[in-house]
Amino acid sequence: MNIFLPIQIFLLVFLLFAFSRVILRFRDGTIPLGMFLFWVAIWILASFSIIQPNFTSFIAQRMGIGRGADAVIYASLIIVFYLNFRLTVSLENLRHEITKLTREIALKEKIRHANLKRRKS
Amino acid sequence: MKRLVIIPAFNEAPMIRRTLKNLKEVTQKLMPCDILVVDDGSGDKTGTIARNAGVLVLRHKLNRGLGGALGTGLEFAKRQNYDVAVTFDADGQHHPNDIVKATEPIERGEADIVIGTRTKSSHGNMPVDRRLIIRGSNVITWLLFGVWTSDSQSGFRAFSKKAIQHVELKTDRMEVASEIFAEAKKHKLKVTEVPITVIYTDYSRSKGQGNLNAINIFYKLLLRLAR
Repeated sequence: MNIFLPIQIFLLVFLLFAFSRVILRFRDGTIPLGMFLFWVAIWILASFSIIQPNFTSFIAQRMGIGRGADAVIYASLIIVFYLNFRLTVSLENLRHEITKLTREIALKEKIRHANLKRRKS
Repeated sequence: MKRLVIIPAFNEAPMIRRTLKNLKEVTQKLMPCDILVVDDGSGDKTGTIARNAGVLVLRHKLNRGLGGALGTGLEFAKRQNYDVAVTFDADGQHHPNDIVKATEPIERGEADIVIGTRTKSSHGNMPVDRRLIIRGSNVITWLLFGVWTSDSQSGFRAFSKKAIQHVELKTDRMEVASEIFAEAKKHKLKVTEVPITVIYTDYSRSKGQGNLNAINIFYKLLLRLAR
């Protein structure tokens, strides 16, 4: 007897793949512990909602939303917007790191030119 | 007293020679200063013209924006132990005589940062759209950083040694003008304003920030709060 619907199997396989990527990225040091735990929690929650769809309905009713699927969409949107914000901030920080590097090169070159000039004279 | 005039410049070849000539004439007469051009990755001959004019030149290999160039100038001032640093636009809109006016409160020990305000003396000369943008920017600067100023976007500023040592700019583009006030508040630096004269020409308007850029600046300032 098949206890899972095809869509549930498909989503669980995808989540297993996503989960394996999180573990691999943590092991090779690409993501820090905090981010690893965040993604592990997200994927565990998602897996649980797929295996026990009533769980999302229970949460939705508690929050006064109505349908479980709506609660999942609302939560996903909030998470996606927040992650997008974090990504933008990281990008700004990265840009600033490039500026600092450019600045350091400009200042070092100035010193090098000054030293060369001094040696010539 | 060791003074430095910092001129951030990006593709300013048509104007930089004249700006430097005027600046050198006035500073030699009124107040000895070193002049530093931060060539922000220009694709034209800005750096070469500045070097031939006999001023100090630092060149960014990549264009990093106004904030990046000002930060480089201030870092140079910090490492070379300057007592006063003045930021001055390369497009010829600032009057070199105002440097004396801007540095006086610092040399008297009355201020750490002096803002050369365009709104106090040259309202008649300032285009209406620019006046509105400045007012809006002043409100935003006050809302985000809690500092009220009558010209938050002025490119003409003077920094004391204490300010040179403490101000650390995180924004790379035009939003740096407001960020300076945030840094002043953070490090408890005394800010004062002096009226300056601004010469608006078609060239300086084309080089300045566009009106629509104000939205982008607001967005970047919001992001700066989260960094």
